[in-house]
Amino acid sequence: MNPDVVVIGAGTAGMTAALRLSGTGATVLVLAEGEGALPLAPAQVDLLGYTPALVSEPLRELAPFLQERPWHPYRLVTPDEIEAALGWFADLAAPLGYVGSAQRNRLQPTALGALRPTCLVPETMASGDLSEGGEVLVVGLRGFRDFHAQLVAENLGQAHLASGAAVGARAVEVSLVGDPRDLRPQLLVRRLEQRAVLAQLAREIRTELGQETLIALPAVLGMERSHEVWQRLQELLGRPVFEIPTPPPSQPGQRLQQVLFRALRRQGGEVRLGAKATGFRGTGGRVESITVQLASREVQVSAGEFILASGGLGTGGVTVDPDGGLHEPVFDLPVTTAGAPGQPSAEYFATQPLDRLGVSVDSEMRPLGTGGEPLFTNLRAAGAVLGGAEPWREKSGEGISLATGFRAAAVITGGGG
Amino acid sequence: MTTLSWGAEAWAEVRLSLDHCIKCTVCETACPVAAVTGLFPGPKTVGPQAERFRAGEHSPDLSVDYCSGCGICSRVCPQEVRIAELNSRARAELKRERGIPLRDQLVARPGLLGRTGRPVAPLFNWAMANPLIRYLGEKTVGIHRKAPVPKSVGRTFSYWVSHHRSVPRERRVVYFHGCSTQWYEPHVGQKVVAILEHNGFQVVAPRQDCCGLPLQSNGIFDAARQAATRLARQLSVSGTEELPIIASSTSCGLMMKREAREILGADTAELRSVSSRTYDIFEFLLELHQRGELRTDFKPVPLTVAYHAPCQQQNQLIGKPALEVLRLIPGLRLLELDRSCCGIAGTYGVKREKYDIAMQVGEPLFADILAAGPDLVACDSETCRWQISGATGATSVHPLEILHRAYGGS
Repeated sequence: MNPDVVVIGAGTAGMTAALRLSGTGATVLVLAEGEGALPLAPAQVDLLGYTPALVSEPLRELAPFLQERPWHPYRLVTPDEIEAALGWFADLAAPLGYVGSAQRNRLQPTALGALRPTCLVPETMASGDLSEGGEVLVVGLRGFRDFHAQLVAENLGQAHLASGAAVGARAVEVSLVGDPRDLRPQLLVRRLEQRAVLAQLAREIRTELGQETLIALPAVLGMERSHEVWQRLQELLGRPVFEIPTPPPSQPGQRLQQVLFRALRRQGGEVRLGAKATGFRGTGGRVESITVQLASREVQVSAGEFILASGGLGTGGVTVDPDGGLHEPVFDLPVTTAGAPGQPSAEYFATQPLDRLGVSVDSEMRPLGTGGEPLFTNLRAAGAVLGGAEPWREKSGEGISLATGFRAAAVITGGGG
Repeated sequence: MTTLSWGAEAWAEVRLSLDHCIKCTVCETACPVAAVTGLFPGPKTVGPQAERFRAGEHSPDLSVDYCSGCGICSRVCPQEVRIAELNSRARAELKRERGIPLRDQLVARPGLLGRTGRPVAPLFNWAMANPLIRYLGEKTVGIHRKAPVPKSVGRTFSYWVSHHRSVPRERRVVYFHGCSTQWYEPHVGQKVVAILEHNGFQVVAPRQDCCGLPLQSNGIFDAARQAATRLARQLSVSGTEELPIIASSTSCGLMMKREAREILGADTAELRSVSSRTYDIFEFLLELHQRGELRTDFKPVPLTVAYHAPCQQQNQLIGKPALEVLRLIPGLRLLELDRSCCGIAGTYGVKREKYDIAMQVGEPLFADILAAGPDLVACDSETCRWQISGATGATSVHPLEILHRAYGGS
């Protein structure tokens, strides 16, 4: 294809920008070195969880949070844009039935039994908001190594909720007949799509069920038919069932990735995985084409607009030399440490020199040169490649990616700015 | 400009890439085999993880033999770990230690089978369709009785092309037809030649043998390396050293482009040159179109065609050029099949112990095809076409056969 827009990166930010632009009729090609964080993450949308105090109303608490952080990427977007981006996302991912709002954080259990602040969750996790406490039966599956019901239940039982309510949790472990000893999630999701296997699981759970009002399972309730599996299990058990995300690989993350990839294909766009962008050609402040490494040679891919959504340090969007040199490998953009301390701290959880690594952009999302001037008129950056955030500490990753990806598309179509 | 490494350097790079693995498990989620069987624990587990235990002599377990070699893991890896390549080498090492079964020796040599079958094509085809013979074949040799087997034809492609005169033109290309065109589907090669000539090219089709891919995927590396370098020599006809080389078999094209270098560690001057000049037929035609040079004098083709992009074509990282070219044809209703793998993976799915796995891998694709009920299924890879037709009963063709029809061919 001769694309109008090339997006580098197939994670949340890249897919958001790609879907927004292809929705307006543009031909969009997404190039990615590989899959991004989507199939690893729990498919929950975090907006702002800690400032470092626990956040209960993320949109309202954003302004004071940003006041102390002039480098933060949330400064590039307005609260209205964040809300619009989340609303758009929930509509687009309708097959997964997202619930929640940017106004209020939910508290959802993790696979360690901690309660994690997040904004939007798929329907299969919806009844797992324990902000107001609850009585939970945590069901483990014997042989599945990525979820330990006892650990989850014991930790949940120690939760201190601001509301003063308590979480009661009890663990049980059930067996699925005929399973190999080592149960892998990719096999489990497909097995549970079989009605007989699901019915047997429901029988096993029912014999263990006490006074609990909620039933939690690891997030392996089906892949393409997760809605059906989750709903059927609730019917069979007569109580709300919710999924707790497991460590990677994340089945909910894969469901979401599938929904996003398919939506783009339906709109005529393309995601090409394995195709690494290695450089670019440009003149007079414009990017003409990017260099892409194929199986045996390089090609130039031309487009009118380019969006860099290649992720942060973890996915190679920015790199660090052994001698400490910081790079953005495709366009050789300057990389900022965004106000992080220059020297490493001995305190384990302190902000470290490379924690906020990334590129800087102007209000039109155009990456900036060392003099603070936009380098190319037709290059934008979005998502984790932007410096200044500490998503693991703030619980802000998906919110930043959705909102900045949304905005990068908006400035291109002229709707923003 | 990045330059590719070759030989010992390429070999070492693939091995060292395992240190880039951050255990994110993206490959395990994308692996079509691990999704259907507990016998294969997943590409990370048998690859970057188990590889550390293979520094000495022995593989820690045998499960790597259940890798189908589809290569999806390497494509989805965000850290550039050459997972499929590592696993292919580990499989070869395993087979070297434990011996290579006769069955694998046979299916790894399409030329041998082709040469045997051709003079007695009707008998060969009868035998391959005979349930009793196939049952005995499964019991004795280990080729599953239901596995798709191509039909042998009396006349090879090279016979046809030696009687065909490609009109001398200024613009020339070399045609790399592969074994399936030679022995089983010469009509595919004839249509490639017709399409290229229609677009103003003179087609040079030198004598050529197997690229070594089935040898490689069955772990017979020394013979595979010899085959790949011999083919590179055969494709380097004097006076064609700068010409594009057009491949109509996607897996064989990928062997020349990448796998001979990365999996086999092969390195000759001819191979380096051939590798950089090899194009998938639709990759080449799409580039022509992007330069405004593709003839578009298409007749309407009033058919519904469901297109499946095979793994080894996707691993060329060129997108789906067949789909883009076919979209230019008036009257054609194209459905893009959105599934990763048909299961066959070359010779994997014909093996007795792997047939059921291959069928389960392909099940979502087969279900989509049966639900769509197209007139034809189009797929660039021959073994995938045979698998799809065998599993669904649908007629499957190379997408270039549809293009040929649009150009007025029959």
